[in-house]
Amino acid sequence: MDSKGVQLINEETKNIDRMVEETVRRYGRSRKALIPILQSIQAKLGYLPRYSLESVSSHLGIPLSNVYGVVTFYHQFILEPPGTYIIQMCMGTACYIRRNSENYRFLLSLLEIEPNSRTSKDGIFTVLRVRCLGCCSIAPVIKVGDEVYSRVNLDEMRRIVSFYRAKARTGSSKHA
Amino acid sequence: MGANQWSLMDKCCDLCRHSSETPCRSYITCAVEGPLCHDNIECREKRRFRISEIKNGRNGLKISIGMGSCGLAVGARGVYDATLRELERRGLEASVIPVGCIGLCYMEPLLEIHKDGLPTAIYGRVEPRSVGEILDTYLEGDVSGASALRNRVGTAKGELEVPLLDEIDFLRYQVRWVTRNCGIANPESIEDYIVYDGYRGLVRALESKPEDVIEIVRKAGLRGRGGAGFPTWLKWSICRRAEGLPKYVVCNADEGDPGAFMNRMLAEADPHRVLEGLIIAAYAIGASYGYIFVRAEKPLMADRLERAAEDARRYGILGHNILDSEFSFDVEVIRSAGAFVCGEETAMLAAIEGGRAMPRQRPPYPATHGLFGKPTVINNVETLAHVATIMSDGWEKFASYGTGGSKGTKVFCITGSAARTGAVEVPIGITVRELIFKVAGGVREGRRFKAVQIGGPSGGCLPENMLDLPMDYESLTSAGAIMGSGGLIVIDDRNCIVDIARFFTSFTMAESCGKCIPCRVGSKILYDTLTRIIEGGGSEDDLRILEEVGTFMKNASLCALGQTAPNPILSTLRYFRDEYEAHIKMKECPAKVCSKLVSYAIEGGLCVGCGLCAKQCPVQAITKSGERLYHIDASRCIRCGQCIIVCPRNAISRR
Repeated sequence: MDSKGVQLINEETKNIDRMVEETVRRYGRSRKALIPILQSIQAKLGYLPRYSLESVSSHLGIPLSNVYGVVTFYHQFILEPPGTYIIQMCMGTACYIRRNSENYRFLLSLLEIEPNSRTSKDGIFTVLRVRCLGCCSIAPVIKVGDEVYSRVNLDEMRRIVSFYRAKARTGSSKHA
Repeated sequence: MGANQWSLMDKCCDLCRHSSETPCRSYITCAVEGPLCHDNIECREKRRFRISEIKNGRNGLKISIGMGSCGLAVGARGVYDATLRELERRGLEASVIPVGCIGLCYMEPLLEIHKDGLPTAIYGRVEPRSVGEILDTYLEGDVSGASALRNRVGTAKGELEVPLLDEIDFLRYQVRWVTRNCGIANPESIEDYIVYDGYRGLVRALESKPEDVIEIVRKAGLRGRGGAGFPTWLKWSICRRAEGLPKYVVCNADEGDPGAFMNRMLAEADPHRVLEGLIIAAYAIGASYGYIFVRAEKPLMADRLERAAEDARRYGILGHNILDSEFSFDVEVIRSAGAFVCGEETAMLAAIEGGRAMPRQRPPYPATHGLFGKPTVINNVETLAHVATIMSDGWEKFASYGTGGSKGTKVFCITGSAARTGAVEVPIGITVRELIFKVAGGVREGRRFKAVQIGGPSGGCLPENMLDLPMDYESLTSAGAIMGSGGLIVIDDRNCIVDIARFFTSFTMAESCGKCIPCRVGSKILYDTLTRIIEGGGSEDDLRILEEVGTFMKNASLCALGQTAPNPILSTLRYFRDEYEAHIKMKECPAKVCSKLVSYAIEGGLCVGCGLCAKQCPVQAITKSGERLYHIDASRCIRCGQCIIVCPRNAISRR
């Protein structure tokens, strides 16, 4: 790696350090604060880069292995940078009975997501399977960002995907 | 509501001394019935006027829009905005308030209009563009387009053709006890809660000794609504007597059972009731601090509870010296990072402490050794809402509902293939058949009832001939299901029982925390065995494996997750054994679901070569193979059934 690259990375780690320090100050330097701190960092960065875990570990005095253990235990935490839009496919029972697993398979093929990946090659979508969003009575549901779509089917999925694709390209807002 | 507008929570005049620093015992009663400490017509009128405004709306016009998670998901926000726009366009002043879910999810988005002198009307499946017309016809005195009425006054056109809300089958059998405010009060307003009799239970509790509060809950016969059905008073009593300070109370709002959303509904629609129950619980056991542990996937619930706590704190209902009772208590909302096992008490405590949510051996129970090693009571949202209601309305009323061993009401969520989906509150003891066929209207059109799954991934599937079972803790357990948190998922004949059993097993396998071997390894064996059966490689020995490993997990797992994980399999083996056998012996999936055992094919003689199926196919599995013939590539086909729907000649079949 050239020196410019190293400098850039140093800049980034410094930023992360600063942010972790600030977050730790807000939540307190205790074991109890670990999860809220990680949640807050992920809310800012969209995911938890490895360095942020190292930084949290040293700020709280909790071994990195321990921090990693917590991060990998809970569904909420993401260790890879996600796409612009996160699509949550509800895999609760009501959604399963109403065939959301078919919607899921369809979505993977529509977005051409590789078997061992969760993010589309163009970096626009990350597809996550989640356990019950609690909207069982209007199943099947999916969530894109904060927006919940109910009673979805294959046509609807197509429409939603092309909507967000266009949105990602033009950078415009407004709901589907 | 304007920010500067006087509210019932504010002082009526300078004579009022209540504040969070200098609390007044009579504050709650005074806000609604007062002033109590002085007599002043102006102060009294000011309160009366405000109460009427909250109940009937500004200028006697009030529009409520169902804005729980379900309502929002189907477009309630757009309806809300349209309502504001249309009112402004007509120059009308009215109160427009967001309300929680009334439980009629299949009719969302819901809009309710009240105008003094007219019957209060509810409109279902409202679209933003129809709001203007609804307003106009209603205000002209025509309610014929409404879905239901709250009351009849005999003044409006079409009044008699529209059913009363209580006459609708979905509500007729209900007892709205804890859900009384859902769809009525503004969940973001503490003032609304107090107008609708809120915090009276707390006032009554603070006037009593903690032991007497426990005694009232004992007489009511309240059992935990989270699943196990442990008597609430007993948990409290053990914790009260336990040594060690401080004590904690935790509200379990980590609703993780897929198919259950009553806690979300209650906390979103009436968060103060939950908070009130928590404060009462804290008072009864002598806790000084509490946590509300909310699932990350249900953010609105967390927001509403947080807002409720802030408001209660601002007005001295939470915090130091609550209502001058010398009892101090505060609470913090914790957003879970998400793990199903957090529903287990000791796992939840581990999560709050900042670790991996792994259950530990019990005893000692949390009531004596809980959070940070201190005595802790954990109650779920619905239980706490019941506590508040029992304290305000009296234990006698609560105990008059239900059966001998299971008192009161319970909120059930009916989803899946039911004709009407939603949440209903009914007396415990109603039969499963009544719930599904009377309340929920049976199975969706064109389908046949096959089974009902009760109690989430820990519950079991019951067949048609078991439906006359009463919904109470003991009956369900003896039938191989459990009450759980109260989710009922109706399964129709297009679903394969083995596939559903595998679905639940995949769930528990993924959610097993991995601490104890029976659960970690057992769920994997069960899953692999089911997969073998589903893919056509099953042998008769596999049924024995399922039963043996399942029974072993039941007996040997550390916590309830592993102990109940085999229930979906064991109960379906008991009631739907023939379906397992069909997969094994005939290599056949009777419901035509298990993809390795089913294939789609186009009948050569029937196909006219129109190509509609190929156009519709989402994965391009259908290609032209001849002059008037198309062919399905089985390896690409995802068995979505779209081609069957579009084929004009019914040439495509499942085999």
